[in-house]
Amino acid sequence: MKKIEAIVKPFRLEDVKDALANLSVTGMTVTEVKGFGRQKGHKEIYRGAEYVVDFLPKVKLEVVVDDEKVDQVVSTIGQAAKTGKIGDGKIFILPVEEAVRIRTGERGPEAL
Amino acid sequence: MPKKIVLPLILIALAATAAGAETEAPTAASNLVAIELVQSHADYVWTLVAAALVFFMQAGFAMVETGFTRAKNAINILMKNLMDFSVGSLGFWAVGFGLMFGATSTGWFGTSGFFLSDYVPGQDPWVLAFWMFQVVFCATAATIVSGAMAERTRFSSYLIYSLVVSTVIYPIFGSWAWGGLYNGGGWLEGLGFIDFAGSTVVHSVGGWIGLAGAVVLGPRLGKYSADGQARAIPGHNLPLAALGVFILWLGWFGFNPGSTTAANKEISWIFVNTNLAAATGSVLAMIVSWLKFGKPEISMSLNGALAGLVAITAPCYNVTPTSAIIIGAVAGVLVVMSVLFFERLRIDDPVGAVSVHGVCGAWGTLAAGLFNVEGFSLSVVGVQLLGIVVCFIWAFGLGFIMFKIIEKTVGLRVSPEEESDGLDFSEHGGSAYPDFQISAYAQK
Repeated sequence: MKKIEAIVKPFRLEDVKDALANLSVTGMTVTEVKGFGRQKGHKEIYRGAEYVVDFLPKVKLEVVVDDEKVDQVVSTIGQAAKTGKIGDGKIFILPVEEAVRIRTGERGPEAL
Repeated sequence: MPKKIVLPLILIALAATAAGAETEAPTAASNLVAIELVQSHADYVWTLVAAALVFFMQAGFAMVETGFTRAKNAINILMKNLMDFSVGSLGFWAVGFGLMFGATSTGWFGTSGFFLSDYVPGQDPWVLAFWMFQVVFCATAATIVSGAMAERTRFSSYLIYSLVVSTVIYPIFGSWAWGGLYNGGGWLEGLGFIDFAGSTVVHSVGGWIGLAGAVVLGPRLGKYSADGQARAIPGHNLPLAALGVFILWLGWFGFNPGSTTAANKEISWIFVNTNLAAATGSVLAMIVSWLKFGKPEISMSLNGALAGLVAITAPCYNVTPTSAIIIGAVAGVLVVMSVLFFERLRIDDPVGAVSVHGVCGAWGTLAAGLFNVEGFSLSVVGVQLLGIVVCFIWAFGLGFIMFKIIEKTVGLRVSPEEESDGLDFSEHGGSAYPDFQISAYAQK
């Protein structure tokens, strides 16, 4: 099993979710985050004082899938999240040691 | 109501009236008394409706101040506003009203009417209506200061200030300018000082005490960088701030026209003057912010509306609507320049209270002399200037002394840790937004 962590632009989230649904990826966790990579922040002004906002709002999507599905999920997310402009985000793949369904106690890929 | 009930009721009413008329035939004299009574009732109604409108300005101040400051201090701002009105009401009832409107032999302070002792149950209750109208003005002056001292003032110390302003600082100056509206008679009004609804009596008093507070407190942590540059500390909820300004604008329709304390036709021109000054103030402030910062800025535009309102408060009764537009325009420009000016002096005023109320209050008072419909007179303008200067000395001076005493005794400012944690937590043990994660937005 692998965890796929994708940091994407917030307005792409719905499209990413729909694209994953078509792959029968049935569960995911989403958090609102702030961050930057090569996309610079911007300047705002309040009562005459300028300030910099470096951390831009993003959405982090976490999905845990069977090893066979990883490549397909990663490319699906990438296609759905892409706008072609700086700040589209990143995808990371991490190993998952175990998964447990809380309600039934199932373990392993059956718990996904 | 069904027709078969209405007709009999009308007949019964007519019979009753006819029966009454037989015993008291109206005379010219009794008609006059009745007409005067109707006018008196109308005076009461208008004065008290206006008092309710001005009371609602407390909500306006609360929302403006909350919106322009950070979420971690929202409870504290609201507590200060709540107490300014509550402690202020009690202070004004006990001592302030008597000092302001009591009988005076000197023209410097009143000596009667404490604890509303002028009111005798069963007798003419005008003093109650008048007191109600005046207490909301006192509370307005008091709550102006809370904005200038926001985000770093110890709450218990602020309560001390709240009591002192409503029992001493506000009413004594008020007695000089307005005592004659009731039992008193002040030396300043005796010179012909014009301040119809309180640009100086209410707003400058509040503004200059606020300046004293901001000076004694010092700027918020992080407001100035090491090289003295002002940093933005953005307000956490601009919709609340805007709501507050609209509420204040609405309440001002009680503040200015209500100061006639009489139901007459003149309130119509006071309404119009008030509105035109506010509108022009916000437009000009928006334009100035647009030119200076490159984009029209909301907090300055909102301050501009308030600046216009404060400025028209003194001259609302004695200037033309066209003059009101000019007065509002100058206020709109003045408030933006003033905010930047105080910021350069490293005086941190989180909501612009000193600029809106102190500076534009002074401008409005001067404008009452410059744009007087009765004609321009140098001596009238001179008295206006005298009042402006005396108010500054009194309010800033006493305010400074009071805050210094508080600072040296119980302390005025919270500790740096308390300020960083937020006053909601450190002073009040709570969070205004427990369901939300609060975090800072602007960095350097």
